[in-house]
Amino acid sequence: MSKEIKIRKGANIKLKGVAEKLYTNPVNVSEIVLRPSDFPTLIPKLMVKVGDKVKAGSPLFFDKENEKILFTSPISGEVVEINRAEKRRIVEVKVKADGQNAYESFKQADPSTLSREEILDNLLKSGVWPLVRQRPYDVIANPNDKPKAIIISALDTAPLAPDYGFIVHGQGDIFQMGLNALAKLTDGKVHLNINGNDNADEAYANAKNVQINKVVGPHPAGNVGIQAHHLCPVNKGEVVWVLRSLDVLTIGKLFKEGKFDASRTIAFAGSKVKSPKYVRTILGANISDIVKGNVEEGGRFISGNPLTGKQITENGHLGFYDYQLSVIPEGGNNQFFGWVAPGFDKFSLSRTFFSWLNPNKEYDLNTNMNGEERAFVVTGEYEKVFPMDIYPVYLVKAMITEDIDKMEQLGIYEVAPEDFALCEYACTSKIETQKIVREALNLVKKECS
Amino acid sequence: MKALDNFMQKIKPKADGKFPLAHAVWDGMYTFLFVPGHTNHNGVHIRDGIDLKRTMSMVVMALIPSLLFGIYNVGHQHFLAIGEVALGDNVCSMFWDKFIYGAIQVLPIVIVSYAVGLGIEFVFAAINRHPIQEGFLVSGMLIPLIMPVDVPLWMVAVATAFAVVIGKEVFGGTGMNVVNVALVARAFLFFAYPTKMSGDQVWISLGDGKAVDGFSGATPLGNAVEGGVNAIPSIMDSIIGFIPGSIGETSVIAIGLGALILIVTGIGSLRIMLSMCVGGFLTGLMFNSFGTSVYSQVPALHHLLLGGFAFGAVFMATDPVTASQTNTGKIIYGLFIGMMAILIRVANPAYPEGVMLAILLGNVFAPLIDNMVVSANIKKRLKRVKTA
Repeated sequence: MSKEIKIRKGANIKLKGVAEKLYTNPVNVSEIVLRPSDFPTLIPKLMVKVGDKVKAGSPLFFDKENEKILFTSPISGEVVEINRAEKRRIVEVKVKADGQNAYESFKQADPSTLSREEILDNLLKSGVWPLVRQRPYDVIANPNDKPKAIIISALDTAPLAPDYGFIVHGQGDIFQMGLNALAKLTDGKVHLNINGNDNADEAYANAKNVQINKVVGPHPAGNVGIQAHHLCPVNKGEVVWVLRSLDVLTIGKLFKEGKFDASRTIAFAGSKVKSPKYVRTILGANISDIVKGNVEEGGRFISGNPLTGKQITENGHLGFYDYQLSVIPEGGNNQFFGWVAPGFDKFSLSRTFFSWLNPNKEYDLNTNMNGEERAFVVTGEYEKVFPMDIYPVYLVKAMITEDIDKMEQLGIYEVAPEDFALCEYACTSKIETQKIVREALNLVKKECS
Repeated sequence: MKALDNFMQKIKPKADGKFPLAHAVWDGMYTFLFVPGHTNHNGVHIRDGIDLKRTMSMVVMALIPSLLFGIYNVGHQHFLAIGEVALGDNVCSMFWDKFIYGAIQVLPIVIVSYAVGLGIEFVFAAINRHPIQEGFLVSGMLIPLIMPVDVPLWMVAVATAFAVVIGKEVFGGTGMNVVNVALVARAFLFFAYPTKMSGDQVWISLGDGKAVDGFSGATPLGNAVEGGVNAIPSIMDSIIGFIPGSIGETSVIAIGLGALILIVTGIGSLRIMLSMCVGGFLTGLMFNSFGTSVYSQVPALHHLLLGGFAFGAVFMATDPVTASQTNTGKIIYGLFIGMMAILIRVANPAYPEGVMLAILLGNVFAPLIDNMVVSANIKKRLKRVKTA
């Protein structure tokens, strides 16, 4: 029994520099970094000190709220730096590769033969667990919960996003192994949501133990939260676990090979990339080896997509959840009478620029705000790109005023910052919507637990 | 442009210096010349090209046809009244004379409105240390267009000051006002100086000339009180707009051009415009079917073309700050205003211009309408929990 989810509200932002479906030459990974800030609300407790030798899968720190959740090293090597900010808050833990590829060993078995507890235990110990996130709050799933469903998105509709099907291609057995593990974790259904417009990759088409749904429509149709809203909306007190199909590969590899194999394929894309392609690398890898000689001057490096990603330096590191490295032009130039120019090269969801006459054009957008922050004036913009049965502006206003009752009534349990990314993009008043949503989720989580 | 940019940067006053007003004025000027090159840091890295300045300037652009037509019509009515052009000779003779006369009458009102309004905005921006917000760009153009041409300039100044301070700044400035700023200005004059805002003396600028015998300067709706339905101009005349009335409201064609700009760019809400027309039309039909008074016999379609109805529907009711914000709410809000406008117009001959009051009333009810719509959504969500 499969469902078709049709998303009508939303928009695809077509940017120049989509990754070609080819792999680059193998890239060396010299060091990796794990950043606790990739995990909202996490309070980390260190388990290593500088100079410790670690294997891939050795724990680096754990979650103070739930000591079973471990964060392990993606490579074998030596802990070389632990950077802290004010109040000794941990910013990043850096591991330098020793080139030996030594792995901690974990349970290696077909998950269908294991119990729920054994599967959970294996996921938690190996450090794979943080890939499983939950609604509400968009944080790492709590292993003590019983989710009413698990939702896996097999498509990414964000600008410059990788084609998940291309990456999963040929790894059907590993993928199925991961699905089997997830199927044991819930009494409800495991939903695998695939792109309804494409021919599904055989890894998806042959997937068993799951309900396969087709999703069609513009961004944010690929967001798991949007899919969850249309399949099984999260009510107060309920929990849904969410993943991307690429996360399932890492889970599959854990059970197939008995090790934490953190290698992943990312899309290296954007108009500042000389030849945008796919790169095989490792979670948290330093990007300098990837970008060296392959990008033009004046780019901004973003781990993730240009809507939700994090700005990093040329020598920065990929985020825990990111399968994409975008390089887009840095802005910063004043625009003479920019507010009245016809704007053939500006992309806008309104039709106030002549560029709307040319809907298929690919744009080379820079990081300019194109305006200044203002009071909220224009209505109807958020609604146009927010495909949930929720009033986004009212919810955001409740968030700003920290009115928890109102947030609950208006549906805060279903949303994540990424669902508001397009609203933030489209906002005439240049309001930082995702930040507001994140802070509100942190507040509600703190107050309600 | 680089030189200009450098010059502006050189004369930049300090934000927290001795003269906050100087900084506010500089900031207003600078952001008028350049969209500043701020970049995104938290959240999205790319942003839509649109900003509030562009939104507002689109609305001002949409108002230009009405302004130009208004200027011409002021001159036309003037020469018609003093008998220098014949009735029906709309464009043939004295085209430029009419236009120049109209410009001399209308532009001072526009200048006074902008000068007073922006002046107050600058002062408030300096006091609150905010950047200048663009809301007044539109209000400043709307105010002249809904004034009778003979209004004294000091009244425009007083009304604008009242509207900006009491209508907007006390609520927190742009984006926070409850009722439409331009309509506050008009309502203020309407109740404070009724002799200058209604009757048959104010809609036509006579200048030094003298009206020819038998000429009535009342608006068509004013005429109808005395002369009955027959005194109302034909549908054709009220569409084209060579009739007395507020400066910008008479030509449905010019307003239609503006509406087209707003709808194509997506800035004006088509929902509100259409639902207001539907509401007005249905109410007109209702009165046609049983009404006996003069106004109730005006054909329903004709109601929509007369007075400020079209102008109100396109430019006033659609103000996003004071209108309903939800899509369903917008439809209810539009229907409500349309109905009220015709109801006031027909039921109370003392206020032939019901549109202004109807929109103000609609503004006040808009949050309530939205609250109903959002509550329905909340109930739906609660129900989901119970059935699950």
